[in-house]
Amino acid sequence: MSESIAIRLQERSPALPSSVFLDIEGRHHPENGTLLGFWLYLLSDLMIFACLFAVYGVLGRNYAAGPSGADLFDLKLIAVNTAILLVSSITYGFAMIAMQKRNKKGLIGWLVATGILGLGFLAIELYEFQHLIHLGAGPQRSAFLSSFFALVGTHGLHVLFGVVWLAVLCVQVHRHGLTRANVRRVACLSMFWHFLDVVWIGVFSFVYLMGTLP
Amino acid sequence: MNSAPMKPAAMKPDMNPDAALQHALHEHEADHSDDGIPHVSAREYLNGFVLSVVLTAIPFALVMTGMIPDSTWAAVVILAFAAVQIVVHMVYFLHMNTKSEGGWNLVALVFTAVLVIIVLSGSLWVMHHLNTNMMPGPHEMQDMLRNAP
Repeated sequence: MSESIAIRLQERSPALPSSVFLDIEGRHHPENGTLLGFWLYLLSDLMIFACLFAVYGVLGRNYAAGPSGADLFDLKLIAVNTAILLVSSITYGFAMIAMQKRNKKGLIGWLVATGILGLGFLAIELYEFQHLIHLGAGPQRSAFLSSFFALVGTHGLHVLFGVVWLAVLCVQVHRHGLTRANVRRVACLSMFWHFLDVVWIGVFSFVYLMGTLP
Repeated sequence: MNSAPMKPAAMKPDMNPDAALQHALHEHEADHSDDGIPHVSAREYLNGFVLSVVLTAIPFALVMTGMIPDSTWAAVVILAFAAVQIVVHMVYFLHMNTKSEGGWNLVALVFTAVLVIIVLSGSLWVMHHLNTNMMPGPHEMQDMLRNAP
């Protein structure tokens, strides 16, 4: 009780609860913990990816006499995809800056640009998957391909949901403007989007680049 | 339950409870209306972007040109670039620092990083040994047969 005060307020205003605790020291804890909570969600999501990476690390060389990464991966395509995701990271950054300047149109414009880049990433990834399956290198071919499709597919699903979220947020911001709730949501999606880029660094390094080494 | 109003212990003597309440509420509102969303700048994002492009382009170039013939060394270099780039993304794009959310962001991140390292290295280590022990060479096979009860 040395740094807090408790006051009985009932006599003065009956609407308030009977006692209120105030932190007059002003220790900095946020009014609501949405961003911290969302960060904790992202870290738990990271654990899912860690498990999938571990599976790929264990099974990634079990080809079952089938094709290996060096036979299948087209690094030029992966380089294009990596570039798309990286550019989408910075367009989201510009969206955050537009939001900071309370520029609603700019925010929506940059969000749309990010969404289009996300769709481009998904299109290339789906083309790659379809190409692999067409070659007979589908997820059922070998343990290597099962773990590959599980890991890369899970990342792709995350991107898909990120794009859906982007679309919903564009509508929300367009309809309701830069309300406090919308600002918070855009900030959460920013963390989600950059987090997906961080996971993609692991994917292109660990799966594609190391997979094509002789 | 009908006791007299509690006398605040640590209140300034010249401040009546009402004023203290108004003061505290006002500060609360002013401090936290931003929900703790970090202040960002274009320079920060552009710096992060340029660093990321460089850190991505180098490992791609190394692998696509086959500059490092030894696969083990190439893998080490690729992973080193990935680790640096992940830190760059954390700092420039996710705005990690020791102060955000009172340090709890970083504490949670360090905890998760420890778990991730245990999961990854533990799985690889255990399964490597399992593979080695489940596939004995011909020499070990003879030893096993000789020592069999």
